[in-house]
Amino acid sequence: MDYFLTEEQQMIKDTARELSEEKIIPKRAELDEKNEFAADILKDIAKADLFSIFVPEEYGGLGGGCLESVLALEELARGCVGVATSFAANGLGILPVLIGGSKEMKEKYLPSLAEGSRWAAFGLTEAGAGSDAAGVKTTAVLDGDEWVLNGTKQWITNGGEAQIYTILALTNPEKGVRGASLFVVEDGDPGFSYGKKEDKMGIRASATRELIMKDCRIPKDRLIGRKGTGFITVMKTLDVSRPGIASLGVGLGQAALDEAAVYAKQRVQFDKPIISFQAVQHMLADMAIQVEAARSLVYGTAKHIDTHPKDMSKGSAMCKVFATDMAMKVTTDAVQVMGGYGYMKEYPVEKMMRDAKILQIYEGTNQIQRNVIGQELNKEYA
Amino acid sequence: MNIVVCIKQVPDAKNVRLDPKTNTLSREGVESIMNPFDRHALEEGVSLKEKVGGKVTVLSMGPPQAEDVLREAIACGADEGVLVSDRAFAGADTWATSYTLAKAVEAVGGADLILCGKQAIDGDTAQVGPGLAFQLNRPYVTCVQKIRDVSENAIQVERMMDDGYDVVQLPLPALLTVVKDINEPRVPSLKGKMKAKKAEIKVLSAADIGAEAECIGLTGSPTQVAKVFSPEPHGERRVFSGSPEEQIEQLVKEIRGYL
Ligand SMILES: Cc1cc2nc3c(=O)[nH]c(=O)nc-3n(C[C@H](O)[C@H](O)[C@H](O)COP(=O)(O)OP(=O)(O)OC[C@H]3O[C@@H](n4cnc5c(N)ncnc54)[C@H](O)[C@@H]3O)c2cc1C
Ligand SMILES: Cc1cc2nc3c(=O)[nH]c(=O)nc-3n(C[C@H](O)[C@H](O)[C@H](O)COP(=O)(O)OP(=O)(O)OC[C@H]3O[C@@H](n4cnc5c(N)ncnc54)[C@H](O)[C@@H]3O)c2cc1C
Repeated sequence: MDYFLTEEQQMIKDTARELSEEKIIPKRAELDEKNEFAADILKDIAKADLFSIFVPEEYGGLGGGCLESVLALEELARGCVGVATSFAANGLGILPVLIGGSKEMKEKYLPSLAEGSRWAAFGLTEAGAGSDAAGVKTTAVLDGDEWVLNGTKQWITNGGEAQIYTILALTNPEKGVRGASLFVVEDGDPGFSYGKKEDKMGIRASATRELIMKDCRIPKDRLIGRKGTGFITVMKTLDVSRPGIASLGVGLGQAALDEAAVYAKQRVQFDKPIISFQAVQHMLADMAIQVEAARSLVYGTAKHIDTHPKDMSKGSAMCKVFATDMAMKVTTDAVQVMGGYGYMKEYPVEKMMRDAKILQIYEGTNQIQRNVIGQELNKEYA
Repeated sequence: MNIVVCIKQVPDAKNVRLDPKTNTLSREGVESIMNPFDRHALEEGVSLKEKVGGKVTVLSMGPPQAEDVLREAIACGADEGVLVSDRAFAGADTWATSYTLAKAVEAVGGADLILCGKQAIDGDTAQVGPGLAFQLNRPYVTCVQKIRDVSENAIQVERMMDDGYDVVQLPLPALLTVVKDINEPRVPSLKGKMKAKKAEIKVLSAADIGAEAECIGLTGSPTQVAKVFSPEPHGERRVFSGSPEEQIEQLVKEIRGYL
């Protein structure tokens, strides 16, 4: 389907596609098996300028918006959701600086992030604070010209691999979420270290790790925006980033459909290619319908977000839920179409089905997204 | 460092078919691509430039549409594209091609280092690199798998051999032809693609490069293709039977007959 992309948008999509085909697909099975972070591929992605997409031109980026980002993410996810997740988490890590950072802070961090010479990560989740992000326990106390951070972040994508971390901590614990602030912590800061590395079901080419802050001292000017605005900036960040996760679902669903359709044409049973059986055709048709519907919703939402509307939570949540539930279903069906072969590691759909599951969990579970949508509906029909 | 990378546009081997009647390649409707080996030569040139500074010029002799591969090369990091194109070049063999490229290298101001692919996937002769070095009276090494070191006036490389590699040091200016093991070519970047779209490709004619009429194209080609065909398999085939010992005995007897 033609989505009337501009020449530049098409160029972004094509470039990400070339990266997938030439750099990601040949290596994805090995990275998955070895549980290995794809550092070299991220360097290839940086060389192709994709890290610059969402950084404004004045800071050395291409000045693209949400749509440009989802186009790149979709094509990278077609190759491997693990690699695409590492790339997406970098964007997530940068967004708080883009949204709430001062001009000086942007000048300090954005050019190297646009180049892809440094990578970012986003540290919100803690052992006791998952869906309930307001439950964070990490604290930050001002001591002279320095903030002193204490606490442990859990399951942070790009942990140990990124150089720049945006961290949510309480600066005024009595005030709850109104007392939360965002900080930039850099690799090598005193008192900052990495803990447990996770062994995951899927997206094994991405690094997921604990961040430990033990009397971690950082300069005063690492506070993003004003004190107490941390939680609001986090919510704004997630509103803009969720279509990105949705687009990982679109790319993954498309990849699974491609594999299943090609296989169904080749596999012969009862003297016929299995694609000639109506039951198989209908499965493939349903997969194609869902992938395209998700793509339309994601592109539409991204375009809406690029007009900088006041409220984007509902749309952002809707496309995240729809596209990631779709990816889970379509990858499961792709395995079904391919039968026993689909269940084997020799074929890529086995990994795709494992990779799909995380999309329904991170950046806000799909239950939490439905809560958001429900609350908005409750307000709209007041 | 002034680097020139020679690039040939070739038909995409994945889609080439042999016309069963004429036994020639049927190029109709076949997409043209950058010769795969030349992608590696280009990557080596660009990464060398990134390391030591300088300029990468990509050079191709071919029809006007060969401009496409030069733009692709610019998207991959080359600074300038030069197309040598003239009806008079048609029918050039490897000798005339080497002569023409040599004249073109001189016309663009020479080079400290010339990089070529090991071979083109259509012509497959692997002669143009050495031919070009000969025409320019430069030292050269073929089948380079690694550049070890570069200084202002020398370069040290590894030449791939069947059973290992040679380390060769040669003075600059020089020419290298490269094998695929040398690197992994990058994907064209976004900024590169935007630059490539706007880039002006310099087009040089036979007159522009000061090429002698009798040295170019069909006239300048000492070899000519008389016939292209797939050879009929011939030669006798013998199958021995019996126990391994008996088979060996028969084989030895057979070989003795030829001695
Ligand atoms: C691989 C991976 C990478 C991650 N990367 C990052 C990262 O880079 N940065 C970061 O900050 N975090 C990251 N996370 C954390 C992720 O965002 C959380 O896992 C997610 O928000 C869910 O939290 P939880 O796992 O604690 O689940 P819980 O909050 O414990 O939820 C458990 C179940 O209860 C349901 N549930 C909880 N509350 C409600 C409710 N109110 N209504 C209905 N259902 C509810 C949930 O939907 C879920 O099904 C990552 C997680 C994983 C697994
Ligand atoms: C219609 C036709 C007729 C031909 N007739 C003859 C003939 O009569 N006799 C004969 O010997 N050959 C003939 N050829 C082959 C032709 O001469 C060769 O294709 C050409 O000279 C290049 O040689 P190659 O392809 O073997 O390249 P190789 O020598 O294998 O290429 C090595 C490297 O040299 C460089 N290079 C090669 N060609 C170019 C180029 N045009 N521009 C820039 N760099 C280049 C590239 O870096 C390449 O990787 C004919 C070809 C055609 C299409």
